[in-house]
Amino acid sequence: MSLRHVGRVARALLVSQYALMLEYRAEIMLWALSGVLPLIMLGVWSGSGAGVQAGMSAQQLSRYFLSAFLVRQFTVVWLIHVFEEDALQGRLSPFLLQPLAPLWRYLAAHLSEQASRVPIVAVMLLVLGLLVPGLLWIPSAQSLLLGLVAIQAAFLLRFLLQVLITTLCFWSERAAALDRLLLIPYLFLSGLVAPLETFPPGVRLLAMATPFPWMVDFPARLLAGAPVNAALGFTAIAAWSLLLLPIGRRLWRAGLRRYSAMGA
Amino acid sequence: MTIIQARNLSKSYRISEKQPGLAGSMRHLVRRVHRDVKAVDRISFSIEPGEFVGFLGPNGAGKTTTLKMLTGLIHPSAGELEVAGHQPWRRQGRFLRQITLVMGNRQQLIWDLPALDTLQVNSAVYGLEPVAAARRIRELAEMLELGPELQRPVRKLSLGQRMKAELLAALLHSPSVLFLDEPTLGLDVNARARVRDFLAEYNRQTGATVLLTSHDMGDITALCPRVLLIHQGQLFHDGSLPLLTQRLAPCRQVRLELAHLHPTEAFANYGQIEEHRGHLLRLLVPRDQLTVRVAALLERFSVVDLEVADPPIEELVGGLFRSQEASAAGESA
Repeated sequence: MSLRHVGRVARALLVSQYALMLEYRAEIMLWALSGVLPLIMLGVWSGSGAGVQAGMSAQQLSRYFLSAFLVRQFTVVWLIHVFEEDALQGRLSPFLLQPLAPLWRYLAAHLSEQASRVPIVAVMLLVLGLLVPGLLWIPSAQSLLLGLVAIQAAFLLRFLLQVLITTLCFWSERAAALDRLLLIPYLFLSGLVAPLETFPPGVRLLAMATPFPWMVDFPARLLAGAPVNAALGFTAIAAWSLLLLPIGRRLWRAGLRRYSAMGA
Repeated sequence: MTIIQARNLSKSYRISEKQPGLAGSMRHLVRRVHRDVKAVDRISFSIEPGEFVGFLGPNGAGKTTTLKMLTGLIHPSAGELEVAGHQPWRRQGRFLRQITLVMGNRQQLIWDLPALDTLQVNSAVYGLEPVAAARRIRELAEMLELGPELQRPVRKLSLGQRMKAELLAALLHSPSVLFLDEPTLGLDVNARARVRDFLAEYNRQTGATVLLTSHDMGDITALCPRVLLIHQGQLFHDGSLPLLTQRLAPCRQVRLELAHLHPTEAFANYGQIEEHRGHLLRLLVPRDQLTVRVAALLERFSVVDLEVADPPIEELVGGLFRSQEASAAGESA
């Protein structure tokens, strides 16, 4: 497959999926609005004063949670839900009969959905800035660049993790339930509810051995300009990705052998 | 050279069975009872390039399962299968570029976008150059009588327009083997006729091999010189439609218009009386005795008009399907 062909396929998929997302703009706006957990947590932490006790200033705390809000907005993965539906309804079969692995379509759909969120999130930030003066700040070019790269890396890691669970759809008709179970460690270990910095050292160490803190805490801290070991973070994401990728490929191939093309 | 070769192709599914009610649910929870169902049982056939073959069978006979194996969507449980020189279940790119599957009840077009968006994605996926893809879309759209419809969201198209757009999307990459699963399902008479004409023309122009399943015998009689009839997972017939008629109907239908009135008993020795009303008589006569009995009838009675015909294929195949459904219902009762 030539690079030109890859480019054409990527462009065609992204353009069509972006057009599709624009059709669903109202729904995407609601999804974006539903991703305000970090802002709620900011309110909780600011009100209780626990941040100061944990060694974080009010500014550090607000920058962290605002960054976590942005990370959350652009790392949402809903692969398993559409895949499960597609497999059950027989919509997966036409994809499987084309010389392109279906997962590329879903990846393009996610990236397009991210792009369609940009103006919605921009408006949300503007409103926040007007409501809470001094909340917004202009990050340094380095923080911004590293933060954006980390957000995409975190998204890919989340996507890969969900690919693993998604392949279970070949064995179970309700594999999405497992994803809901994973939501618990994701919420508490990723840094969405509390910055990893505020965890007791032992718990923090344990959390860092999982893929979750690299999905929120790491990119959020980079974006917020907090001290963070960028090399360690990117290495951890790469290591987890390299671990998940071959497992996902094996499970996918094994799953296809079991696929019964139900509904089609 | 054969393009499709199946030898002892089989597919079994393991299904769990549950009795109704709370007790059944509890038993199902604690101890599942599984049963192996043979959807396709050792069928063998081969198809030459350019053939237009009808694939018939009642619901649950194994047609769609066979199609899924032929396209590589599912793995066979046993047997050998080769399509266009490939083992379909490997789903290699070179194989997938040669085939297409159109399902009347499923679609590949993106529902909320114009069909042209899906066509652009497909042309990129199959590596068609933009100019060549545009030309191909124009040609196929002309054959299918599609124009501005391609720029309307798919959800806004009529069923007939949608099926034609589905065909366009499925044929964009010029596949040499077409698997069509009920492509005229739900279409009105005119739309059905247009789809049939298109398929016949496509087969004639490109020499593509076509395997068509349809419950509409009109599709089969209009398009398929050869028919595979699958019955309870096994191949019941492989040959021409007239040959199938002979197998399903060992008798021919003799219709007579008589000059005089006679009692029904007078015809008892000439065949099975289907209808006797006034001067009109309809008899079923065994094929091997047709000449002798017709000659005897002409000698014994004064005949105004005589017609010998096969029973309509729709009735024969429908009768076969009904008898199978009745026996299945009897077994499950």
